[in-house]
Amino acid sequence: MPQYHQFDALVVGAGGAGLMAALYASKGVNTAVISKLYPTRSHTGTAQGGISAALGNLEEDKWEWHAYDTIKGGDFLCDQDAVDIMCREAIDAVIDLEHMGLPFDRTPDGKISQRRFGGHTNNETKKPVMRACHAADRTGHMILQTLYQNCIKNNVKFFDEFQVIDVLIEDGKCNGVVAVQLATGEIHVFHSKATLIATGGFGKMWKVTSNAHSLTGDLPAAVLRRGLPLEDMEFFQFHPTGVYKLGILLSEAARGEGAVFINDKGERFMERYMPTLKDLAPRDICSRCIYTEIREGRGIGGKDYVYLDFRPEQINKYFEADGNPKRIDAHYLETRLPDIIEFARVYQGIDPIKEPVPIQPTAHYAMGGIPTDNDARVLADETGRIVEGLYAAGEVACVSVHGANRLGTNSLVDLVVFGKRGGIAMAEYCKQASFRPIHRDAAAKAGAAQLDRIRNNNGNERPHAIRKEMQAVMDEKVGVYRTGAGLEEAIDKIHELQARYKRIRIDDKGFKWNTDLMEAWELGALLDLAEVTAFAALARTESRGGHYREDYPNRDDVNFLKHSMVWKNGTITLKYKPVRITRIPPQERKY
Amino acid sequence: MKINLKIKRFNPETDKKPHWETYAVEVEPTDRVLDALHDVKWNQDGTLALRRSCAHGVCGSDAMRINGRNMLACKVLIQNIAKDGDTITVEPILGLPVVKDLIVDMEPFFAHYRAVMPYLVNNDPLPANGRERLQSPADRERYDDTTKCILCAACTTSCPSFWARGEYVGPAAIVQAHRFIFDSRDQAAQQRLEILSAQDGVWRCRTAFNCTEACPRGIQVTKAIGEVKEALRTGVIR
Repeated sequence: MPQYHQFDALVVGAGGAGLMAALYASKGVNTAVISKLYPTRSHTGTAQGGISAALGNLEEDKWEWHAYDTIKGGDFLCDQDAVDIMCREAIDAVIDLEHMGLPFDRTPDGKISQRRFGGHTNNETKKPVMRACHAADRTGHMILQTLYQNCIKNNVKFFDEFQVIDVLIEDGKCNGVVAVQLATGEIHVFHSKATLIATGGFGKMWKVTSNAHSLTGDLPAAVLRRGLPLEDMEFFQFHPTGVYKLGILLSEAARGEGAVFINDKGERFMERYMPTLKDLAPRDICSRCIYTEIREGRGIGGKDYVYLDFRPEQINKYFEADGNPKRIDAHYLETRLPDIIEFARVYQGIDPIKEPVPIQPTAHYAMGGIPTDNDARVLADETGRIVEGLYAAGEVACVSVHGANRLGTNSLVDLVVFGKRGGIAMAEYCKQASFRPIHRDAAAKAGAAQLDRIRNNNGNERPHAIRKEMQAVMDEKVGVYRTGAGLEEAIDKIHELQARYKRIRIDDKGFKWNTDLMEAWELGALLDLAEVTAFAALARTESRGGHYREDYPNRDDVNFLKHSMVWKNGTITLKYKPVRITRIPPQERKY
Repeated sequence: MKINLKIKRFNPETDKKPHWETYAVEVEPTDRVLDALHDVKWNQDGTLALRRSCAHGVCGSDAMRINGRNMLACKVLIQNIAKDGDTITVEPILGLPVVKDLIVDMEPFFAHYRAVMPYLVNNDPLPANGRERLQSPADRERYDDTTKCILCAACTTSCPSFWARGEYVGPAAIVQAHRFIFDSRDQAAQQRLEILSAQDGVWRCRTAFNCTEACPRGIQVTKAIGEVKEALRTGVIR
């Protein structure tokens, strides 16, 4: 028998955005958090380098500079009113986290310590500015732990290891979700006035990715299947410094502390491309420069990787060359970057203090996602119509504060600022709204049917083979460099895989902890998202931020200064909406 | 290289008790044990159940008993524990009820975590200037080690005292308490020490050091427990 629950406000996903929303919603109304993981397993915990806010603790800074950097970093596709909100409220959000107990590193006078990060500048001198507030290189871990601790303190209700497989939408309003309890396989219907989706990214459609196995886009796919659009899906960030072959992230904080990229000739090649910011240019640019080096034969040993060099004597050499009086030693790096130094030692057998580290770009972050307004309310179409009762925040959402390319540290800023705004907005909404009736049995039946179809399917295709082929084609054709012909091939391949997906067979026919079943269900979600990603990428015949078309290498503001909205109702429909430009007119992006 | 994975299996829907199954797997020496488990799951037997997420030692999902020692499956490379042709044994962590294959019921573990007030308590008014509370780098450094904990349970489920008595709060909960007891901003140290001085608190620790050895984050767990004991003994937190 399906089980039934009723809460004013539901939060799906227990990373930074979800927990922040839950903390604030639960101050006002009856709130529950549903997550397919234990909350502390969420991917926010892997964020390393820092969370930016113009605190000005170590040198002059202004939130307006942070906003300008964000907009320029986003290649002018950001909605500027939303960016202003984020960068202004980032200051209080970081202070709020400190008050909750977050153990930030400290300056000698006891304030929150800050460091440099890619694309964050003093707008007057154009030089890097110390804006990223950090707790060693486990800032995300400390944010996640601190928010979870505060949820425990405030008795927030959790449904851990419940996986949401459907969103209840009727007459353009959201009434809750359907989930499966992983331990039992039972279907649970959660009835709510307001539901906030905060399930993070969906990078598992690529092979080389920094994303966790769990980042499979379950909720964006569910929303898409319920006839709602996704925004800017063609914009996905490839982070320049993934561990070669594995994709594990080595934080930009390494370059913030002075590390540089080196090619096969031993050359610090970023100087050639971006003479002012050099190795601290934004991520999309660094990733393209790395691939250009590789294509022109200057990858290490002619192969498809370059080095990230953070040997102390090298860092000091480049500090000196740049006229920076700072000098560091091995102990400093071990304190500032302990985790990523350990990643290199464990996974590559390389000691970064003594040897340069092989790296390659890795699929990292979705700039696109579920469209929302500035209060995390989900949008139904390109005109800005609201889906009553439905909210989204964090990586899964597209506000859009990141535009075509996210700046480092801004994912954490986004999730605390808009998680909080979403939580407050939900609580206010719930106080004046009443529960709309739902067909709970029909909802449960439809959820169970989704799973039974997979459980009982007697085909001849292995889900893993399909997943591997999807990831291969996404790496090859929908990666850092794209072409029209390549994207068409990718779409054909995804359609072939979707057809084969209908003929899958799984081994586990049971109910309790059937991870075989849930992985197969997740593959269906990833295939749908891969399809709309490739479609949106094919239609955007320009290059902007993380979306680079070799056949259209220039930005085209006349035709493409606009957000895409994609629907999948049988066939795929694309529409566009204008970018909200308030203060900063688009300009050429030089660093 | 070729290895055998000998995995302790239990399906609650069909089995009365656990049994061992052995799978031959072709791996790269630099593969993680998690990669080998995925190879089994994805290419040989999809019914194998395990938890995993980040796959690089940060989320804490995949603590398991590998060759008799607690490790994260994603943080140990095959080449570090096996040679060509060797057998690697994998079983669930001990001391928590097995739910299916390598998955245990984590609820008793998290109940202990919640019991030690794992959150900052400070009832003073916030700074009037609207800014952060100040903390010196030395005060921040004091509890740095225990902020690394990812709640994977590798320490608690390697502890003989916990195996003997599941009511013992266990090393992970003490690590969490330590993180706040020694935070200069916190005001609830005495309450936490009171909780930890109870029958199933810190005195159940027999200094076996298994926890320190098991911690995938390199936390000096036994040392942290010792500092809590010292604070209880002397009434001084330093």
